[in-house]
Amino acid sequence: MAELTLVEAVNDALRTELDRDPNVLVMGEDVGRAGGVFRATAGLRDRFGPDRCFDTPLAEAGLLGAAVGLCMAGWRPVCEMQYDAFSYPCLDQLITHVGRYRWRTGGRMEFPVTIRMPYGGGVRAPELHDDSPEVYYVHTPGVKVAIPSTPADAKGLLAAAIRDPDPVVIFEPKLHYRTLRGEVPEGEHVTPLGEARLAREGSDVTLVAYGAMVPAAEAAADALEGEASAEILDLRTLKPLDEEALLASAAKTGRVVVVQEAPRTCGYAAEVAAILAEKAIYDLKGPVLRVTGYDVPYPYWQIEDAYMPSVERVVDAVRRSLEG
Amino acid sequence: MAQVLPAERDVRRVIGDGESVPDGEVEGLDEGGLLELFRSLVLLRTYDERSVVYHRQGRIGTYAIFWNHEAIQAGSVHALSDDDWIFPSYRESAIGLLRGMPPATVLQWWRGHPSGWWNPADWNVASICVPIGTHVPHAAGLAWGKKLRGESACAIAYFGDGATSEGAFHEGANFAAVTQAPLILLCNNNQWAISTPLEAQTRAESLADKAVGYGMPGVRVDGLDVLAVYEATRTAVGRARSGEGPTFIEAIHYRAAPHATADDPRAYVDLARVEEERGRECVGRYEAYLKRLGVLDEATADQIRAEAADAMRAGIAAAEAEPPPDPKLLFENALAAPPASFAGDLAELRRILGG
Repeated sequence: MAELTLVEAVNDALRTELDRDPNVLVMGEDVGRAGGVFRATAGLRDRFGPDRCFDTPLAEAGLLGAAVGLCMAGWRPVCEMQYDAFSYPCLDQLITHVGRYRWRTGGRMEFPVTIRMPYGGGVRAPELHDDSPEVYYVHTPGVKVAIPSTPADAKGLLAAAIRDPDPVVIFEPKLHYRTLRGEVPEGEHVTPLGEARLAREGSDVTLVAYGAMVPAAEAAADALEGEASAEILDLRTLKPLDEEALLASAAKTGRVVVVQEAPRTCGYAAEVAAILAEKAIYDLKGPVLRVTGYDVPYPYWQIEDAYMPSVERVVDAVRRSLEG
Repeated sequence: MAQVLPAERDVRRVIGDGESVPDGEVEGLDEGGLLELFRSLVLLRTYDERSVVYHRQGRIGTYAIFWNHEAIQAGSVHALSDDDWIFPSYRESAIGLLRGMPPATVLQWWRGHPSGWWNPADWNVASICVPIGTHVPHAAGLAWGKKLRGESACAIAYFGDGATSEGAFHEGANFAAVTQAPLILLCNNNQWAISTPLEAQTRAESLADKAVGYGMPGVRVDGLDVLAVYEATRTAVGRARSGEGPTFIEAIHYRAAPHATADDPRAYVDLARVEEERGRECVGRYEAYLKRLGVLDEATADQIRAEAADAMRAGIAAAEAEPPPDPKLLFENALAAPPASFAGDLAELRRILGG
């Protein structure tokens, strides 16, 4: 085990997988010479050469489109989108090709693309460096989506994505790139896609969260100590969802609060609430509550703390849930 | 980069008119090759004309007509080797036929049947790209990926004049140029994007001029001259294989048929011009050339046409003989390992559909 920051764990995963499989290559804007604007790809160009850690022209759709062609030539490209909101042009390729090409070939050709990007707010950045765009990706058929909340999972989920035969998108909580430190297994380490993590056991209420909202949920659970026993379910993979773990926890506590940084309407919390309404309604003691960003553009950073689901807002939702 | 400036202004032509314009010659095709090229043109023409009929008969769905685009498709494919990858737009839907793909496969595509989805690796022909220009980056990536592996294969991407307005075209062309990927960008300039004429698409004097901005050569050829297209592609393939990177070819002609079976161009097109263009059709033009050369006689031409007609009759019969797809196909092939929810969805669907 090594004690790594979350971004160091990402780098460790890339290095390990590049070493393990000569078909893996890393591509993106500034990933080579600079080692990535967050240094997630630091040292890879020196170690694996400019062909396997490649600085692309500044074109998100073009680089993802080129990755589709690289898959056809037998490569396993790992594409970095520099920031959450910079990835929007790549949705064109993602929706029209990346999620459909395997299906289009009758399942006979694989497209093992990995897309990874830093996401989320709280870092005092300019506009469009703060978004949580996960549901655009989740909503696209043929694409898997995972979001780690710990350094170990940042490594393990990325390794799983790179090895997966299908396209996988990994959102990395940039707020915690360097603030979160944790034990990370050395060498090969894979966290299977589709398995949630019970981050904390509890009995009164389940806090469902992922990515940067897991530490927020943990802080809220700490704040509620003595008042309520909160279980925390870190979803880790949004698609495919570990429905079993969700339903089991809902059945155990009977109360669920879903925390999500993205805007509320049709966010991932809505999907969680819908599944609980369909499959767990008789286990629930009260309504499923959501704590989310608001349906507004991500704000100027001087008021971003008012937008982000805070410990206070999560605590408030838990109290309302317990009253119901 | 000085040698690529400016794009060549002249439109290359090889085939004359048998009267005042003399015929030229191209390298790389012996008599057998010249005849094979004719066979390909006839096969594509027959596919296209029969498809329009099949559509009217309700036997295939909406169909994108490529009448008089055959010279661009056949001329370029004949300059490739079988290892080279073809990235077609919907206008080149039947281009796989030139690699031996059965007509039934392409007909099934237009019939909306899953057996119309082929494995690109079987023919080195990518799936038909329906959105405009978004396959150009795929071709660039494939070409670059082959080069990284030390393989000699190149890629060719087909797209129309309208596609040059798309960001995907730009990003793909630029990517190929930066990586010096072995790519041929073949622009089928038929001067119409459905109803939008070229002058509403660009203020560039010629589409080949766009190549200058990418630092690659741009050449212009007569899109109805199969030998000119062949020659330009052959040159571009030579450059690609020797590590000189991509080439942009603008094949110029005029769309003399509707965009697709669902389109009525009488609302926007100059009908007199269309009539004039139909008189310049590319298959007959090449047939006359071969006859002047003494390579083709009427009996052989008739036989080639009959073989193509037979292939289409057999193709539509084979397509129509296939059973309708099972709804379970909804849940197959999108992912290597389908999620658990798919089994439940299928069970529910079966219960409701019965059987």
